[in-house]
Amino acid sequence: MTMNNQGRPSAAGDAGTASAHPTFTGNKALQIEEPLIFEFGRPETSGVDLPEPKKVKSRLGGLARKDAIGLPGLSEPEAMRHYVRLSQKNFGIDTGLFPLGSCTMKHNARLNEKMARLPGFGDVHPLQPVSTVQGALQVIDTLAHYLKELTGMPAVAMSPKAGAHGELCGMMAIKAALEARGEGDRKVVLVPESAHGTNPATAALIGFEVRSVPANADGTVHVSDVKAALGPDVAAIMLTNPNTCGIFEKEIVEISKAIHDAGAYFYCDGANFNAIVGKARPGDLGVDAMHINLHKTFSTPHGGGGPGAGPVVLSERLAAFVPYPFVTADKAFALVEEGGQLAKGQKPFGRMSAFHGQMGMFVRALAYMLSHGADGMKQASEDAVLNANYIRASLADLMSLPFGNQPCMHEALFDDDWLKNTGVSTLDFAKAMIDEGYHPMTMYFPLVVHGAMLIEPTESESKASLDLFIATLRDLALSAKRGEVDRFKAAPYHAPRRRLDETRAARNPVLRWVKPAPYAEAAE
Amino acid sequence: MRYLPLTPEDRTDMLAKVGVASVDDLFANVPKAKLVKGLANLPKAKGELEVERILGAFAAENISASEVPFFVGGGAYKHHVPASVDHLIQRSEFLTSYTPYQPEIAQGTLQYLFEFQTQVAMLTGMEVANASMYDGSTGTAEAVLMAHRVTKRSKAILAGNLHPHYRDTVETLSRMAGDTLVSLAPNPGDAGADLKAVAAAIDSETSCVVIQTPDVFGNLHDLTTIAKKAQDAGALLIAVVTEIVSLGALTAPGAMGADIVVAEGQSLGVGLQFGGPYVGLFAAKQKYVRQMPGRLCGETVDAEGRRGFVLTLSTREQHIRREKATSNICTNSGLMCLAFTIHMSLLGESGLRKLAAVNHANACDLTDRLADVAGVTVLNKTFFNEFAIAVEGDGAKVVEKMAKKGVLAGVPASRLWPKDKALKGVILVANTEVNTDDDRAAFVAALESSL
Repeated sequence: MTMNNQGRPSAAGDAGTASAHPTFTGNKALQIEEPLIFEFGRPETSGVDLPEPKKVKSRLGGLARKDAIGLPGLSEPEAMRHYVRLSQKNFGIDTGLFPLGSCTMKHNARLNEKMARLPGFGDVHPLQPVSTVQGALQVIDTLAHYLKELTGMPAVAMSPKAGAHGELCGMMAIKAALEARGEGDRKVVLVPESAHGTNPATAALIGFEVRSVPANADGTVHVSDVKAALGPDVAAIMLTNPNTCGIFEKEIVEISKAIHDAGAYFYCDGANFNAIVGKARPGDLGVDAMHINLHKTFSTPHGGGGPGAGPVVLSERLAAFVPYPFVTADKAFALVEEGGQLAKGQKPFGRMSAFHGQMGMFVRALAYMLSHGADGMKQASEDAVLNANYIRASLADLMSLPFGNQPCMHEALFDDDWLKNTGVSTLDFAKAMIDEGYHPMTMYFPLVVHGAMLIEPTESESKASLDLFIATLRDLALSAKRGEVDRFKAAPYHAPRRRLDETRAARNPVLRWVKPAPYAEAAE
Repeated sequence: MRYLPLTPEDRTDMLAKVGVASVDDLFANVPKAKLVKGLANLPKAKGELEVERILGAFAAENISASEVPFFVGGGAYKHHVPASVDHLIQRSEFLTSYTPYQPEIAQGTLQYLFEFQTQVAMLTGMEVANASMYDGSTGTAEAVLMAHRVTKRSKAILAGNLHPHYRDTVETLSRMAGDTLVSLAPNPGDAGADLKAVAAAIDSETSCVVIQTPDVFGNLHDLTTIAKKAQDAGALLIAVVTEIVSLGALTAPGAMGADIVVAEGQSLGVGLQFGGPYVGLFAAKQKYVRQMPGRLCGETVDAEGRRGFVLTLSTREQHIRREKATSNICTNSGLMCLAFTIHMSLLGESGLRKLAAVNHANACDLTDRLADVAGVTVLNKTFFNEFAIAVEGDGAKVVEKMAKKGVLAGVPASRLWPKDKALKGVILVANTEVNTDDDRAAFVAALESSL
């Protein structure tokens, strides 16, 4: 067996050996097959001890549930084992490098978890008297201050619950501002072809029409194309910066000027804000509204798909339209809700959701910010960008770069041109990365690049970690070029599951467990 | 900088590999004049101990629910969460994972989502459920949009006793989208009148009616008649549940004919967290599955024929359909789903029913005690664990006085309907399994001395 320079075996072990010795259970040592709770839990079992209810006259008014629900229960040891086993079938940032471009998977500090669980934050109710939650309101106010400073914007809406919800908030503020100045008939929103799918979906959701702006050969949007698309019917542009190709839009100031000259607003998708924190401020670049994915930029854990948090910073032009509720700080911290006292000129456009936003995420993000400080956040951006460029430079001779070998921001974008005629696709390549112990990069996005592979290492990775990752990708790339198709086509070999049939899942959707028919019935 | 692994030497070596002289060369696309000079108004990095002190001081300024007799509800509820729930959701592989885009190494997330979807469908009495929404209120707004898609109509009718925050969330989106909305007036005392008003408002333009049960004042509703009335007019019934524990005691909305059920799942596993993150539950009839917003997890097989799970029906979603997507949502409340599903699994059917029974009995006990308090009227004929009382004068002042006496007594209606003078003396009072006999005695004593 050959070893690579890290002292690890460089070739996969003999897969035949394992499959020649099937186990009775289907388990493979620590890799344990786990049934659904519905297949081993019992409705009469409970892992929670509860007191006997008092004897009372029911006030359920004839609406008491009569039928069985069918919910299984687990004892505490059964539940512990079930969920621990499930967790072992998951990849997380604590497991290894998670280079999911545009999703930004960086270290999740446990201090932040500890802080969010302080009873003064985790165990306070959104509607208890304001006098009893002064500290919680101060957290919101302090976080708002950080966000405004880091973005150079005068106002922030804290309540949106995720990035896409923040987009909706920003676009609603723009719509409200247009209506307030009597130009509600501006119906068009410019969206670059390379934009996140949430941008056109958000614009359409509140009645805007989407007009596409081309992506150019250098991966950026040109001010000339923006000018060509502008007209008196244009309400706004939705532009991501740094963009989804991992490039900072160098004509950004000219673009924002053109937009404003045309009487429209500049919405910036802030999904990639983590690349420029402490380096550049959207407010200085002419942005009117930008959501901030707290989970991406300020590292609140994303727990298998959520929660996120999407506060929106707003320029002077839009500051009046911050939705309910918001915190004000005079002698004490107060919460302005519907019907509350508004300062002169404030015109909240409504409410985005019940209560005050993702407070748990606010505490985590603030803990991150305090830990890093202004100096550390700047360093984090620089390291994230340096790490991405190091990967780009180290793979440029083997993998193809759609926009040439120019510096990137926090993520390096490759395409599949280099895989031409190898019989290996981007998807195959990604699945082979799984066997090597890595979460694959983002694939097939941005859509403007064929077979895109978007790699974002973040600042969390050490040089040693990057070197092993680069060595692994080089080994895979050379293997693909040598025509070792089996290593890719049938990958992954070593994951808890081999490749899953997604077409079957979509054609014949099975979205819940259903009790199997009794044997006799099934046999008919 | 304890979170940053690169050393100065690493940075020098890496810059050389990249072929640039300094890191600022990598930011060359940023106009020079726009580079940040410094952030004078923000502090420098702090050690772990310092951060704990700063945030600990903020936290100490709040009164937490476990410290005092606690009766605040109104869409978020204080329940006891078993210790194992929080331990399990902090497992690294759950906590630090992302959306399961690579199903072969995300079976943990996908299987719990599949189990969650099944539990939600069972609990609500519906055929299918999605992998969650941000929360109950945004789920309700999405349900209205879904009803518009299904019926190809654009007028929604909101019952007066829908939580005002939910109403406002729906109203904001509807107004922006240019849809029509009929919002009825609240009616705490005569709950039946609210449904009558909804029924009277239904016409041939109506896409859906939105009714909460238990409603925001705690009243329970039999939705059977209104469901039929709506459906006969070609509209959908959207049932909203803000206290999911109630479904351990009450007939499921699905069994009463609901087309879509939206609920807040915060009560199970999630905790109060000053309003978020919470978890929106969203269930519907099978025939509407392709019009549902949000993520869906589905069962399939792998290349060796073994059962496995994947995200599915994504052709409805924004990353494929862009401006034609069912919704702009590109996430769910993954970790909160996990907390919910673990707590639900620990309870099981027998545990949930008992939990619901304890909640109901405790609330009944408090209304019985209040029957003897002069100047206080319980407004409800029916309720689960929350009910409304009317006092003379300003309910908010009474709640504030009770807070000073160490009892967090409930939600003054003026907090939710600031302009509705008729509700000035109304207070919503919730009672769960965490409330003891002593708590209820303290409530009554504090109330009597605050009137």
